[in-house]
Amino acid sequence: MVTQETPAESGNQRTRYLKIENITKKFGDFVALQDISLDIYKGEFICFLGPSGCGKTTLLRAIAGLDIQTSGRIEQGGKDISNLPAAERNFGIVFQSYALFPNLTVSKNVGYGLVNRRMGKAAIGERVAELLDLVGLSDQGSKYPAQLSGGEQQRVALARALATSPGLLLLDEPLSALDAKVRVFLRQEIKALHLRLGVTTIMVTHDQEEALTMADRIVVMNQGTIEQVGTPIEIYRNPMNRCVGDFVGIMNCLSGVVTGAASVRVGAMEFDCANGVGGLTEGQAVTVCLRPEEIAVRGVASGGANSFEARISRLEFLGSFYRATLEAERLGDMKITADFSINEVRDLTLDEGATIQIALPGEHIRIFAEA
Amino acid sequence: MTEGVTTLSAAAPLARPILSRDDWIMRWGMLVLGVWLSVAVVLPLYTLLSKGLEDHAGRFVGLANFAEFFATPVLFNSIYNSLTIAIISTVITITLAFVYAYALTRSCMPGKGIFKGIAMVPILAPSLLPAISLVYLFGNQGMIKGVLMGETIYGPIGIVMGEVFWTFPHALIIIITALSMADARLYEAAESLGTSKLRTFFTVTLPGARYGVISACFVVFTLVITDFGVPKVIGGQYNVLATDVYKQVIGQQNFQMGAVVGMVLLVPAVLAFIADRIIQRKQVALISARAVPYHPKPKTRFDMAMMGFCCVVGFMILGIIAVDAFASFIQLWPYNLTLTLYNYDFDLRDGGGWASYRNSIVMASYTAVIGTVIIFSGAYLVEKIRGFTVIRSLVQFMCIIPLAVPGLVLGLAYIFFFNHPDNPLEFVYGTMAILVICTVTHFYTVSHLTATTALKQMDPEFEAVSMSLKVPFYKTFWRVTVPVCVPAILDISIYLFVNAMTTVSAVVFIYSADTTLASVAVLNMDDAGEVASAAAMGMMIVCTSAGVRVLHALLTRGIARASQAWRVC
Repeated sequence: MVTQETPAESGNQRTRYLKIENITKKFGDFVALQDISLDIYKGEFICFLGPSGCGKTTLLRAIAGLDIQTSGRIEQGGKDISNLPAAERNFGIVFQSYALFPNLTVSKNVGYGLVNRRMGKAAIGERVAELLDLVGLSDQGSKYPAQLSGGEQQRVALARALATSPGLLLLDEPLSALDAKVRVFLRQEIKALHLRLGVTTIMVTHDQEEALTMADRIVVMNQGTIEQVGTPIEIYRNPMNRCVGDFVGIMNCLSGVVTGAASVRVGAMEFDCANGVGGLTEGQAVTVCLRPEEIAVRGVASGGANSFEARISRLEFLGSFYRATLEAERLGDMKITADFSINEVRDLTLDEGATIQIALPGEHIRIFAEA
Repeated sequence: MTEGVTTLSAAAPLARPILSRDDWIMRWGMLVLGVWLSVAVVLPLYTLLSKGLEDHAGRFVGLANFAEFFATPVLFNSIYNSLTIAIISTVITITLAFVYAYALTRSCMPGKGIFKGIAMVPILAPSLLPAISLVYLFGNQGMIKGVLMGETIYGPIGIVMGEVFWTFPHALIIIITALSMADARLYEAAESLGTSKLRTFFTVTLPGARYGVISACFVVFTLVITDFGVPKVIGGQYNVLATDVYKQVIGQQNFQMGAVVGMVLLVPAVLAFIADRIIQRKQVALISARAVPYHPKPKTRFDMAMMGFCCVVGFMILGIIAVDAFASFIQLWPYNLTLTLYNYDFDLRDGGGWASYRNSIVMASYTAVIGTVIIFSGAYLVEKIRGFTVIRSLVQFMCIIPLAVPGLVLGLAYIFFFNHPDNPLEFVYGTMAILVICTVTHFYTVSHLTATTALKQMDPEFEAVSMSLKVPFYKTFWRVTVPVCVPAILDISIYLFVNAMTTVSAVVFIYSADTTLASVAVLNMDDAGEVASAAAMGMMIVCTSAGVRVLHALLTRGIARASQAWRVC
């Protein structure tokens, strides 16, 4: 279930900033978070990734003190903050809805938290200008939020959250309300801002692409528990279980049976798995997983390792590549999804109805015990 | 670091959240509100209930008073009379209001704004006023007495006519809202399937407005059965529950029986209230966020028919007011028709004179200001407080109770509670303060719901952002919540002001010689036979309410313009 991974790049000295210990959160009988433990290091960009209702926002709100956990401890910068109200914690927060004060100008919004800190008017003005510059909205200070685009509003919210120089920046689905293009742009902006300021950041998202492109480490969550913690590449390449693989990217999941130390049978096919079968015993029912883009079609010889004949029952054009649905007599009812590059489709004249020779490369096959 | 933690660790410490300063302030505020509502709503009602179980000497007699009530045909008959009046009035009002609302929302007739304005006029008047006009029109010396063909206006006919006039705008507002929520796509679908207009009406329009119509029925029913102004003036020998309460208490000083009748009156009001709540809960999911608003297309014949209907109804509404105005300027109907201001010389008459008008203005102003502050802040606390769930639900419930309590019952409860010698709050009895407290309470729920709706439309994360920025909640309340909610706050204050000007039922039991009110003066002058002066005072109330309404409209427009830059409509 929950596994506390040490960070992948463990060589350099990293200081732990946030220590989350055995957090459980219940709403009545419903367990929203179940015994979550996690360490977050100073300056890291962490993404909580998972389907809606997996508890990622609940965890973020527990860290913020907005909805305090039922049990468990949270330490921030060495200080136990488990029971502190939000107002006494040290964080800035950005919401999907922006939550900008509509009746205050952009400058007043950004300076909202500064006014309370006995800063001089001039000092506040300076700080606000600096922050607006940071998010690229220097000339928009006198406008009202409603006069800005969604992306600009979210940048104002970001500036407001950063104004008081918090030790922790919390982003709750900050990009979900934006158009696809603005989202990609702001993704880079936030990432650049993070690199520049180095503030420890936690972002909640259900968008795997966001998590993969932005995070230093991703925390994949499901049903109130952490499924896996790791760098984007680790998560994508080495999902710990079928659930992670299924949620991050697309995964072919075929039912099979272990037949040896490094082989499984799916339908009438026997596959070699270079990575072994994870110590599962022979006869164990397993799920055999493989990413669509790993399926080989170029230069596959008939009779080669893990190769077999398949028919393209459907070929979808997705812009930069094709997604094919393959059927094979030897796999019975099971269908395989494969991604083919434009080149492959052109060079090999792939088309619906065509019969082709494909291979499932053993080194990319992952085996998970059937639950 | 530890390795994988896979079991629920029993050792994980339970969280014991420390309350922030904000939390403490909000909780204290909530407690204060709870105590206020207990004093203003719960304890008086409790006193009323226990009073019904006592004899004259204050001894507990169980249900003896109730037994007496049901054994006295004169009293018992009132239940039947009240129900009859309420049902007939409801049917007529809802029918008229539905067609009128249909014309306003589904036709392309000209002058919709004016017609809507005319329909709202009855709200500006106390319910006594239409009754007085009806006496002038159809009474013993009525202008068009012949229309009734020998029937008397003093009785059920008059009561129903008065109630229909007075409740019409209340029904109209609700039904307009229901009809405005139509989804144009359903009509397009019906049309594309070749559905006839009539069938579309019965399969799309009516089901869509169903809950609104039902809700309007309950509102009108409750208003009629609890109203006391109309039957008091024009009811004659026809007894209804509301006038019985008044007669028992003011006429016979039989407080115990008054309490019993009050409780009997409470039953249909509470039942209607509960039924309406249940139905409104069902309505929530009826209209989806993606609905496309329906825009009617011009259809000459239909539009003209609708306009004709609205003209008739509008003429009747304005006619009633005009008759009242006319009567107030006439020396002595029907013998001396000279125009005069004599009837406005209130100081020559019983009922408190001009002082009662001034008192009403003062009382309405206090009610508007104090009421708005309490109700809006209260709604904010109920909406935004974190934790404290039991007290919160309790307070929330107390905010809703007043809607189910008829004004007469509330006023009666106030006598019992505040006039009790053992009550440390007895000193407010007979003062302006008790009138303000009573009126704020009487109209609490609708205002509370208006405030809650406005607050719910705001981003729920404003408070979270404030906390993260270490700004105390009351600063955000003052800098953001209040400015954003100004339209709703104005609506609440105008609602309280106008109702405080026109209400009779609650305050009629608790005014004193120093705090006579204009609306009560109408009642008392009518009682004393000074009908023309009663009409004149009624006109003063209508004009004041109308003036404040106009002021409110100008203010709202000004604010809309000033906040144009940031308010997204």
